Amino acid sequence: MSLTRMYGLFLRHFYLITRSFPRVLDLVYWPTIQITLWGFISNFFATHTTYYNNAVGVILTCAILYDFLFRTSIGFNMLFLEEIWSRNFTNLFIAPMKIGEILTSLVATALIRALIGLIPAVLLTSPLFGISILDLGIFLFFLFLSLYLFGITLGVLVSAGLLRYGPSFENIAWSTMFLLAPFGCIYYPIEILPELFQKIAYLLPLVYIFEEARNILINQTVDIQNIYNAFMWNGVYFVLSIALFYYSFNVAKKKGTLINMGE
Amino acid sequence: MKNLVEVKNIKKNYGKNEAVKGISFNIKEDEILGLLGPNGSGKTTTIGMLLGLLKPTSGEILINGQKLEENRIEILEQINFISPYIELPKKLTVKQNLTVYGKLYKINNINERIEFLSEKLRLGGLLNSITGELSSGQKNRVSLAKALINEPKVLLLDEPTASLDPEVGDFVRSFLENYKKEKKISILLASHNMNEVTRLCKSILMMKDGIIIDKGNPDELINKHGRKNLEEVFLKLSRSKNELN
Repeated sequence: MSLTRMYGLFLRHFYLITRSFPRVLDLVYWPTIQITLWGFISNFFATHTTYYNNAVGVILTCAILYDFLFRTSIGFNMLFLEEIWSRNFTNLFIAPMKIGEILTSLVATALIRALIGLIPAVLLTSPLFGISILDLGIFLFFLFLSLYLFGITLGVLVSAGLLRYGPSFENIAWSTMFLLAPFGCIYYPIEILPELFQKIAYLLPLVYIFEEARNILINQTVDIQNIYNAFMWNGVYFVLSIALFYYSFNVAKKKGTLINMGE
Repeated sequence: MKNLVEVKNIKKNYGKNEAVKGISFNIKEDEILGLLGPNGSGKTTTIGMLLGLLKPTSGEILINGQKLEENRIEILEQINFISPYIELPKKLTVKQNLTVYGKLYKINNINERIEFLSEKLRLGGLLNSITGELSSGQKNRVSLAKALINEPKVLLLDEPTASLDPEVGDFVRSFLENYKKEKKISILLASHNMNEVTRLCKSILMMKDGIIIDKGNPDELINKHGRKNLEEVFLKLSRSKNELN
């Protein structure tokens, strides 16, 4: 056993980490997010033990909704990352495709990918747990549409980062959903968050979507305002993400990221 | 012969680093222009600008009479590119890859085009093979097929025969010579293989430190610099101080 050789291999990874801010962020990020998210969940269940008493399927329904969001966002990012990993990125960007065509094509493909994952999950919940997500009724469609829009928006934002900063932004691609999870109030009502976090959460469409899903399942009522707020914030972020993508494309053309993408 | 490519005093700066310092050149129809230069001389940056992947800091590029900056999509329909540093998706079959790019370039009769290219490039038995499982020579011919899928008027080649065995290298060079003659296209060839450049190019640009330090046809350059072959000219110019001619 050679200490020098082992130290050499350690250095290979240490140098990589110190040369890349996204990698450093990645190291700090996961434990922080996990502790925050599970801290809020534990806190909620410790103080509201009877909240879910009459709605056994609420947590599972919210988990399926969140997974759909996760699949949509990651699915979009994956499509972009696949081109980088396969070193096909340059071929794609020298093809006569408008940015709008690239985005639209990826948006549609991401939807198909997410649905392929979602349908078996929805079908399995009924025989396995006696729960049907279809209990959300017609509003399920609006909730899914809203989640899809937000998932795509996050995907476009991350892809803009990949265009601008190159493959080192990849780690961020995997972690955006987890950063937002504590603010999304997926498994607990917004009141459980500290005041500052509540203010941030209200600026995201997620809190309205999950609050409404719980409202429909627990109270058997519909608050249209929640659905409206979710779409309004989705619209704002979607437009911003598209603008940022175009901006990143132009910056990448100036900085040369597009020709170095595969390296 | 008309100029299909017109490069007018293009510069490219990355912050304070001047990668390309104002170069101009033209490529005529039915011409292969060699772009030579040591690593870091600005060749890849120049090709990146011609492909619209990089925005020149100043200057202008016209392809087939159209300004690249204003007509990016129309121009990209008329050009294509091959480099050993970019690849096609490895998990797709050869035919699937060519079909995808046929669609991206809006080619009518894709199957006919694939059949034509597979015959010309000896891909017949490979169309249903997984691209990632092909040898370097086979992958190179598939990439060439992709680069010709849109019948480009301008073809940009970055080290098109790097890492190929002599037989496949010779096949690719012969193919390019014949294809250029037949279709009257313009080709920009960046290569470190001096025999290849001598064989294919009637004119050559020699770049160093972001400028064109010499140009001419291979024989002229060899005579002018009093060397035996192009490789010696390359070495002399690469090692000398920049001299504008």
